[in-house]
Amino acid sequence: MDAFLPLLTIFMLAVFVGFEIITKVPPLLHTPLMSGSNAISGITIIGALLSVASPNRMTVILGFLALVIATINVVGGFLVTHRMLGMFRRKDDPGAGRG
Amino acid sequence: MDNAINLVYLAASVLFILGIRGLTHPRTAVRGNLMGAAGMLLAVMATLLDRQIFGAGPQAFAVILAGVALGGAIGATLALRIAMTAMPEMVALLNAFGGGASALVAGSVLVSAVDPSAQTAVATVASGLIGSVTFWGSLVAFDKLRGLLLPDAPVVFPGQQVLNGAIALVALGLGAMVVADPGTIAFYAGLVAVASVLGVLLTISIGGADMPVAIALLNSYSGLAAASTGFVLSNNILIITGSLVGASGIILTRIMCKAMNRSLVNVLVGAIAEGGGSKVDADAVYAGRVKSTSAEEVAMLFDGARRTVIVPGYGLAVSQAQHQVRDLANLLESRGVEVEYAIHPVAGRMPGHMNVLLAEADVDYDKLKEMDAVNPSFEQTDVSLVIGANDIVNPDARTDPSSPIAGMPILNVDQSRTVVVIKRSLSPGFAGIPNPLFAADNTLMFFGDGKQAVLDLIAAVKES
Repeated sequence: MDAFLPLLTIFMLAVFVGFEIITKVPPLLHTPLMSGSNAISGITIIGALLSVASPNRMTVILGFLALVIATINVVGGFLVTHRMLGMFRRKDDPGAGRG
Repeated sequence: MDNAINLVYLAASVLFILGIRGLTHPRTAVRGNLMGAAGMLLAVMATLLDRQIFGAGPQAFAVILAGVALGGAIGATLALRIAMTAMPEMVALLNAFGGGASALVAGSVLVSAVDPSAQTAVATVASGLIGSVTFWGSLVAFDKLRGLLLPDAPVVFPGQQVLNGAIALVALGLGAMVVADPGTIAFYAGLVAVASVLGVLLTISIGGADMPVAIALLNSYSGLAAASTGFVLSNNILIITGSLVGASGIILTRIMCKAMNRSLVNVLVGAIAEGGGSKVDADAVYAGRVKSTSAEEVAMLFDGARRTVIVPGYGLAVSQAQHQVRDLANLLESRGVEVEYAIHPVAGRMPGHMNVLLAEADVDYDKLKEMDAVNPSFEQTDVSLVIGANDIVNPDARTDPSSPIAGMPILNVDQSRTVVVIKRSLSPGFAGIPNPLFAADNTLMFFGDGKQAVLDLIAAVKES
């Protein structure tokens, strides 16, 4: 139980950081924000990786399913966000949006 | 080694935060997204060096390789094939996978846990509950957006709220049993099953035009599920990332609700259908007052116009007219007309939907104006061209306190000199009410499919 408080602290602080940055994202980019943050929430892939390496058969099976869909989330999320963001351009600087 | 891995996790968390910060401007957004991807790669690499995985031998690595290859192939195919008009469906799917993965990981930890702590057990319950609701809720949202099985309209029936409440209580009861007796996996399985039903029921009551709220909220849930899984594993990076995404979804949800002047509860129970106040008779609003127009007449209007504002709605996405709209705008600009786009926050089926479509058609993002920025300029606008939008330009929201959409911020197109509305018919929008704009003295209705109507306009302007 003694590990709980530091974790809760991190959770609360991260929520505040999130509120601070995300309120600054303009409506123009709200769709890429959703797909991009979605890709990031695929971080559960780490838990899936650990479960796949477990000696327990059931854990491996559930972990493998999680690994597949978390990878879809990560790869699909970052790629589709990249594709979308590449389209946001301004006439006077054609390089913008490409990175 | 564990310390080193945690340091890498810290670096990855920083990259995620910097990555999201990059999304605050279109010029830095691509770099931001790449930073996020780099953070993810770092975190995955570090995890592979974990004792548990490294010690598990080549067999575990083979399974991992297979899973990543399969998921990566599916993800890449989806991301590269999906049409920009279908982006709401894509995000709904991604939400589903995020939530599902969290519930699965929590379950996979529980089945092999030896005497799990109270923290682990409670977090597992949270992860299973939120993850399952997110997974099934998002699949329902996906289905509604695609128009596969379920209707676009809210599915409501008597006693729905009571039923939902009862199911939520059962889920919480099962959750308590998981905490009391983590060894009996059947309790967790039951929790996931009941939460799945809850996810379906909570989302079928949400109508198509409220999807921006639903998707934003499910986005938030998928983050919270990941954070809960972080508490299961006592893993900082999952907690940090999950709470970032959770915060993001909550903020978007709030913005969407505000843009409709509705409470979150009101959206969730699909209440607009029976929204209070007088039911206005469509005939009384429209009879004898609606003026239908032709492409030639609109072309003449454009001929004398200095400033035009294009107002896109969901109808633009349905008829996939974004490229034609861009062609029309370019043509008008070449004739000296100033053209801007007015984007309502809830236009379309997800936050930012219209912006993505117009960006795909190579519209300069500086021309995509937010509601508050563009509203004061309608009085100086000669022609407002409304394409496939309805409720977001309904002046009743401003003037009729008994209207179901009273108080909803709208685009004040009625203040421009002339309004041209491209629409298939006079059928009501999502709110189910007639729109006095269509019968206003300065409004001309151009009936037809969005894409074809714009093509006709282009031809007419070229001839004039």
